[in-house]
Amino acid sequence: MEEIMKLLAPGLTIAIGGALPALAIGLMAAKAMEAIGRNPEAAPKIQTAMILAIAFAEAIAIYALVVALIIKFV
Amino acid sequence: MEATPEISLAAEQIASLGGFPITNSLLLSGLVTVFIIIMSWVIRYQVALVPAGFYNAVESVVEGLFNLAESVFGNFEEAKRYFPIIAALFLFILLNNWAGLMPGVGPITSGHVPLLRGGTADLNTTLALAIISVGITQYYAMARLGFFGNVGRFINLKNPILFFVGILELVAEFAKVLSFSFRLFGNIFAGEVLLVVMAFLAPYLAPLPFIGLELFVGLVQALVFAMLTLVFLKVAVAESHNT
Repeated sequence: MEEIMKLLAPGLTIAIGGALPALAIGLMAAKAMEAIGRNPEAAPKIQTAMILAIAFAEAIAIYALVVALIIKFV
Repeated sequence: MEATPEISLAAEQIASLGGFPITNSLLLSGLVTVFIIIMSWVIRYQVALVPAGFYNAVESVVEGLFNLAESVFGNFEEAKRYFPIIAALFLFILLNNWAGLMPGVGPITSGHVPLLRGGTADLNTTLALAIISVGITQYYAMARLGFFGNVGRFINLKNPILFFVGILELVAEFAKVLSFSFRLFGNIFAGEVLLVVMAFLAPYLAPLPFIGLELFVGLVQALVFAMLTLVFLKVAVAESHNT
């Protein structure tokens, strides 16, 4: 049982912890594309805000990755 | 093939200077700092009206960063005032990220422990950078708004809702420190682990696209750190309109 958990824990951590931020980033990028399509002149502003927001979402995925690495290697 | 690659979350100590432990990441970030200082010295004697070569490349980087700062602040004077810290953070983090990919970082060992390790792959470095970033934001906010003006951003006694919002803002400042440090550390350390594992699994040709990925990730993370500091600075310094 312990062997099973040892193998499963990091895998599940990064799988779930990576899937949800990926979904969030996809939604954000989709909305940003829509906004740029409606108003191409505002593209630089939208792009900057989008990159910022994606960085926040990606940070959560990175937390999950660090926890998975800690579980596996420490 | 029973062996697994040795991956250590914490940077390993290779020497000690009068009781102060010197780790391999400290050594590499020290070398990067010396490199930056030498480059700055070399550049300052190449200033000319029509730039050429290396100076041209450096100037385009500085100009790109300054345009970014100016577009966020919307104001040349303010951008000029806050530009040095932003550019310093960007260049330091970028060069440290890329230094971790240099050949020799890893294989050259002292005893059983790598002599060099990426500076930003150490949580201590990224935590220090995060504290500097958030601390400088508070300092500039105090310089602009006065000490009580800055405290007034967080402890707002006008009405209960604003008071609660102020407390949340205070918590958010600490969350920013954690988030900055872990974002940078996680990205760079995970990159190193990825490269080690790829080299362990398929040593010929396969690690190449991953090194390319790590170059890109290093650039993006430095940019994100600098941009986030820039945006938080802007928010902190602009508070005077909000009361």
